[in-house]
Amino acid sequence: MTQHPPLLRIENVYKAFGGVQALNDITFSLSSGSITGLIGPNGAGKTTLFNLISGVFPADKGRIVFDGADIRNKKSHLLVGLGIARTFQNVELFETMTVLENILVGQYTRTRCGMWGSILRFPWISAEEKNSHRIASEILDFVGLSQYADHTSSDLPFGWQRLLEIARALASGPKLLLLDEPAAGLNIVETLKLGDLIRKIRDQDITVLLVEHDMSLTMEISDQIVVLDQGKKSPKAPPGPSRKMKR
Amino acid sequence: MINRHLTRDRLLLAAFALLILCTGIFVENYYYLQMLTFIGINTLLALGLNMLMGYAGQISLGHAAFYGIGAYGTAIMTVHWHLSPWIALPGTILTAMLVAYIVGIPTLKLSGYYLGMGTLGFGMIVNIIFREWSSVTGGASGFVGIPTLELGPVSFASGRSYFFLVWGFVILSFIICHRIIDSRIGRALRAIHDGEKAAAAVGVDTAKLKLQVFVLSAAFAALAGFLYAHMVFFISPETFSFISSIRMVTMVVIGGMASIWGSLLGASLLTLLPEWLQAFSEFEMVVYGLILMIVMIFLPRGLTRGLLDIYERALKK
Repeated sequence: MTQHPPLLRIENVYKAFGGVQALNDITFSLSSGSITGLIGPNGAGKTTLFNLISGVFPADKGRIVFDGADIRNKKSHLLVGLGIARTFQNVELFETMTVLENILVGQYTRTRCGMWGSILRFPWISAEEKNSHRIASEILDFVGLSQYADHTSSDLPFGWQRLLEIARALASGPKLLLLDEPAAGLNIVETLKLGDLIRKIRDQDITVLLVEHDMSLTMEISDQIVVLDQGKKSPKAPPGPSRKMKR
Repeated sequence: MINRHLTRDRLLLAAFALLILCTGIFVENYYYLQMLTFIGINTLLALGLNMLMGYAGQISLGHAAFYGIGAYGTAIMTVHWHLSPWIALPGTILTAMLVAYIVGIPTLKLSGYYLGMGTLGFGMIVNIIFREWSSVTGGASGFVGIPTLELGPVSFASGRSYFFLVWGFVILSFIICHRIIDSRIGRALRAIHDGEKAAAAVGVDTAKLKLQVFVLSAAFAALAGFLYAHMVFFISPETFSFISSIRMVTMVVIGGMASIWGSLLGASLLTLLPEWLQAFSEFEMVVYGLILMIVMIFLPRGLTRGLLDIYERALKK
């Protein structure tokens, strides 16, 4: 994947919690339009790394360069605007809201209407709303949830909640999508479909970084594998991805 | 789908405005008009707090402070500074918004019980200021001589004209709140309620939005305080005490969280109940508490949702 410049570079990143060195001198990069699998045993620091990239907390040392800019100290909600979207290990939907509304909130950073705008209803706002609804229905089509648009999100079966969370992340129009164990709790059929979806997302030119315990899925879809062990990047290269993507 | 919802809400609001108009024209009894006007003022309080509690999911146990700032603000501006009440109106609202902004920045960093305690403390401090700063507020004995509202030839002294003034503001506030709820901002507020972590992860600046809605709800409370002061002409610190803050929270919870009409129902019930219960004389508070308990046990999601559930169940049979 050398034909693309790296979208994200992690350079010598350290992070400690109290006396525990969660991440110890991590360096790797993601080339634009690729799928990278992040694997390793529990407690290896995978989720910590995710939280650093998505701005939940800052790194102690090192640089995280996204799209040419250092994002190490940026807050979560600003990173979404720059093009980094994520999902959570335990699905975090807006449970009282409908499927459609979840996607509409997902477009928060792409829309402009503020408090005054909502009260005064300027003409451009209804155009913006219409556009948001159009994008939302496209995204719901993309993940295959269109017919459930008006269902309350907590009423969906678990597998679909995962899809909805991914769809909500896509709604922000990201360049980089972080998926934290997207296959956890899914059955075999759902996992296969998820693999297809992640490829489809990559084909939309969205770079994907995923943490996953399901090795067959990770090996199947990843263009690159990074192994973390006890906060360090393991030098042991895993068996190469079983098939190279044609691009 | 969305348009159908919108039309239904608009029709409901228009029907409600018509109901207000008819009530105002046909009710002759002064006492009834005054009770209805109080319901209007309480609806404004409940509505503002509902935006904060019901939609954004942030509790405030000190909202009586903003109610008081509205009332004392206009009293000071009109009596001490001899300003027209119509200048005092935006003046007090802006004052309350400014106070909410300054207090909100540190306080809204708290959440859950801690936010409750923080706002509780703020409410108490403001109440002590009303009580102790006698030279300005009249202290514990209250503030007398707040002028009648007049607009050109129209005097808002009578029960009927004041009724229309208050409910005019209520309808305007309903429209404002409805528009906010049905927008990008409203969805983001509900997102914060459902999960702050996830809201931040989709790009919502949760701190900023919580502060905005806190300031908005303070503005509604100050408007209610202004209308209260020019209705009764006399204000005292007790009206804006801790108990008053709790009453507002009760109105929101009993009426129905995250529901505009719930604010109206909750405010009506909590205004009328004490009047009806006077027949029980010394047992009044006991019966009052009992009714609130029964409502919460059988309709835990508030009157609005509870009545809708009963209605929908009846339809199915």
